[in-house]
Amino acid sequence: MASINLTPELLKEMYYYMALSRALDDRMWILNRQGRAPVVYSANGHEAAQVGSVMALNRGEDWIVPYYRDLAMVLAYGETPREVMLHLLGRADDPNSGGRQMPAHWGLKRRHIFTTGSVVATQDVHATGLALASKILKDGRVAMASFGEGSTSQGEFHEALNFAAVHKLPVIFLNENNGYAISVPARKQMAIMDVAARAQGYGMPGVIVDGNDPVKVYEVTAEAVERARRGEGPTLIEAKTYRFVPHSSDDDDRAYRSREEVAEWKKRDPVITFEKRLLDEKIMTPDELKAMQQRIKDEVNDATDFAEKAPLPDPSTLGRYVYAE
Amino acid sequence: MAVMSYLEAIRETLRQEMRRDSRIIIYGEDVGVRGGVFRVTEGLQKEFGEERVIDSPLAEAAIVGTAIGAAVNGLRPIPEIQFADFIFPAMNQIIQEAARIRYRSNGAFGVPMVIRAPFGGGVHGALYHSQSVEAFFAHVPGLKVVIPSTPYDAKGLLAAAIEDEDPVLYFEHKAAYRSLKGEVPEERYLIPIGKADLKRTGKDLSIITYGLTVTYALKAAETLEQEGISVEVLDLRTIRPLDVEMILDTAKKTGKVLIVHEDNLTGGVGGEVSALIAEHALFYLDAPIRRLAGPDVPAMPYSPPLEHAFMVTTDKITEAARDLAKF
Ligand SMILES: Cc1ncc(C[n+]2csc(CCOP(=O)(O)OP(=O)(O)O)c2C)c(N)n1
Repeated sequence: MASINLTPELLKEMYYYMALSRALDDRMWILNRQGRAPVVYSANGHEAAQVGSVMALNRGEDWIVPYYRDLAMVLAYGETPREVMLHLLGRADDPNSGGRQMPAHWGLKRRHIFTTGSVVATQDVHATGLALASKILKDGRVAMASFGEGSTSQGEFHEALNFAAVHKLPVIFLNENNGYAISVPARKQMAIMDVAARAQGYGMPGVIVDGNDPVKVYEVTAEAVERARRGEGPTLIEAKTYRFVPHSSDDDDRAYRSREEVAEWKKRDPVITFEKRLLDEKIMTPDELKAMQQRIKDEVNDATDFAEKAPLPDPSTLGRYVYAE
Repeated sequence: MAVMSYLEAIRETLRQEMRRDSRIIIYGEDVGVRGGVFRVTEGLQKEFGEERVIDSPLAEAAIVGTAIGAAVNGLRPIPEIQFADFIFPAMNQIIQEAARIRYRSNGAFGVPMVIRAPFGGGVHGALYHSQSVEAFFAHVPGLKVVIPSTPYDAKGLLAAAIEDEDPVLYFEHKAAYRSLKGEVPEERYLIPIGKADLKRTGKDLSIITYGLTVTYALKAAETLEQEGISVEVLDLRTIRPLDVEMILDTAKKTGKVLIVHEDNLTGGVGGEVSALIAEHALFYLDAPIRRLAGPDVPAMPYSPPLEHAFMVTTDKITEAARDLAKF
């Protein structure tokens, strides 16, 4: 079983990234409400799915092609809190885009996080192409694309799965199903219950996993990774989860979902339940936990201060990087 | 030097380049066993194997989108779009992804790939097998758009496109494939992207054009020469980026400009060329700039008289140039 790789250290690291993501996320909303950050997209609620999955990859070597909600994912993949904040505030040294893209449009060459745009599902074919090259170059890399369930209505999602399955490419399609595409519920997105059911039609395994349990997500991803590295092709993983906040800082989710529904899911908040589990199973002591939380607080403060003091891009750079220089 | 058709020049260049650089892969619909519907890639799968010449699923967004990923991960993909008319399902991947990836990542990622597509009419292909689509792409910074007019140019421009670090659209006029022949050197050579070529010098009038109509313009120039009208023919070769310097030079030299293309008139490349001349060389002009282009109908009809009416021909060019010379 893949889970035997999950040492106490790795479990603690998982928690660290989940809690770090949540803390950064909370800070971003504050900055937004203070008028210091124009827009925020959140990983809030998705942390277990994101961190659990990338922990099963060879981080920084395998490719990930995330989507805007993947803050916890990119943190666990090696993007630093300072870099995240530079991106949020559109600073010159933002390594994702140099302040060119809106927040949450990740891309970090150093860590093999491919650049992402706003048009949903475009990343699915890119991950497939990255995997195509890996297969031909025999570099042993796996590529993983992630996306919401609403995005699976796009043609490119289907084209990617089909292409990847026909050519048995080492790629993983990770669906973070939070039940809504902005305000549109999944039942108006597709006439079936599960995104994972699509996999069968393309000739690959489709796996449903509790997206609020990072260990379970880790296990299914690890299996998909092994499968990919063995040359057996792609896997579609559907991590069932929920977002606790509106789609973005410009959205108000009260219009389309009840407070009772949100409260019900919050009982399964992945950060809180995982924290409890680490304490219950004595993987972490309360003191250790407290120290880690303090460290996270310090890091978020440092990142915020650092980014706010960082220079904005020079307007004279507007015309750069249209073509190779 | 061997005499080759336009199509053979492209095929032999692909072969030569694939031998030179093992990172090059070709894929698209029917490119493998069949060698493409026009047989441009014929024999390549046999030589380079199924891993480098891949019959892909019938899915244009996936063909271009996966090429982006493959390029970023170290390959040099040359995806083929079977007919330029079918490039539209991949528009988003080309315009919003490939063209923007370098810009949006602040230079961190680039997409070295060449998208090949046959375009143009006059071969009874009607609405969905005849379109000129270049203006849609010429509008987009981040892309390069190349349209060779001779077998010689086809080779040098394709080799340069493959070597380029950015996404290049390489459009091949399908009526040129077998009708155009010319000498093509055996050895590898590069024709720089973004450089126009003066295919013929003259002093009374300039025809600025690209692709198949270069041949027609040269024929028209011969006819007019006998009538005492000396015509210069400038082949743009690359329509994004345009060779502004050569465009202005020829306009300033002759003072009379006829711009010719098969693509629709409105919003076509001719409008941009004309604007450049108006902005930078107005006082050198002896006549209003003229454009001869495909008419503003949505697509090329099938029936021969209708198709013929759409096409830019040698006769139409001769007449328009003669008219302009008289001004
Ligand atoms: C092609 C396209 N159409 C519309 C949008 C606008 N849009 C941005 S996010 C979004 C909802 C996506 O929902 P889902 O895929 O379920 O992901 P979630 O945000 O729920 O995680 C929409 C409609 C877009 N980005 N791309």
